[in-house]
Amino acid sequence: MSSLLVFAISFAQICILLAMLFCTIRLLIGPAAQDRILALDTLWMTTMLQALMMGLRFSNELYFELALLIALTGFVSSIALAKFLMRGEIIE
Amino acid sequence: MIYVIEPLPLWISVIVAIFLILGGVIVFIGGLGLLRLPNFYQRIHAPAIAITLGAGSILIASMVYFSSVESRPVIHELLITIFVFLTAPITSMLIMRAAVYRDLQDGKIDYSKPSSQPFPVEKED
Repeated sequence: MSSLLVFAISFAQICILLAMLFCTIRLLIGPAAQDRILALDTLWMTTMLQALMMGLRFSNELYFELALLIALTGFVSSIALAKFLMRGEIIE
Repeated sequence: MIYVIEPLPLWISVIVAIFLILGGVIVFIGGLGLLRLPNFYQRIHAPAIAITLGAGSILIASMVYFSSVESRPVIHELLITIFVFLTAPITSMLIMRAAVYRDLQDGKIDYSKPSSQPFPVEKED
């Protein structure tokens, strides 16, 4: 019964890790700047999910705050980068 | 690797495992789409699946697991769910607007002639 949970957590973590790897490849090879920003935004989200999975694996609720902080910081950074791409400056 | 997993009832384990595997597969598909799709305007759809459905499944699994471990309803994962569901469309919209603006400025999109393809075609140069 517990081995089922261990298998599921490991499977989900490996899947999220592969998604992070794909995002990193797109971040490196992206033809335009908007591809790189999209890849970085997705990388933030997958990192948040990875933090949640670590919380599940170690049965520790402290990782929840980490995931919340990562989601918040990722939103602000993605907005700033998109605004920069649009106008060339962040605060007008 | 240390596994600290409390003994759980079987049906709770099955529910958590189903949601975890579903979320993992969906996040993987989102990352694969981000890598493999040929056009930016197709590529921007792939992470939306991973962010909404994949993150939702994993957050539901986390809620069920911690509620069962602590034998009280733990619903503070709803904070992340609401935050992500509110902010993901804003981010996508801003990146999309920036991309359309840049492509129009560079002349990569030609809206004057009708195209048979349902998305703007990037010119090869």
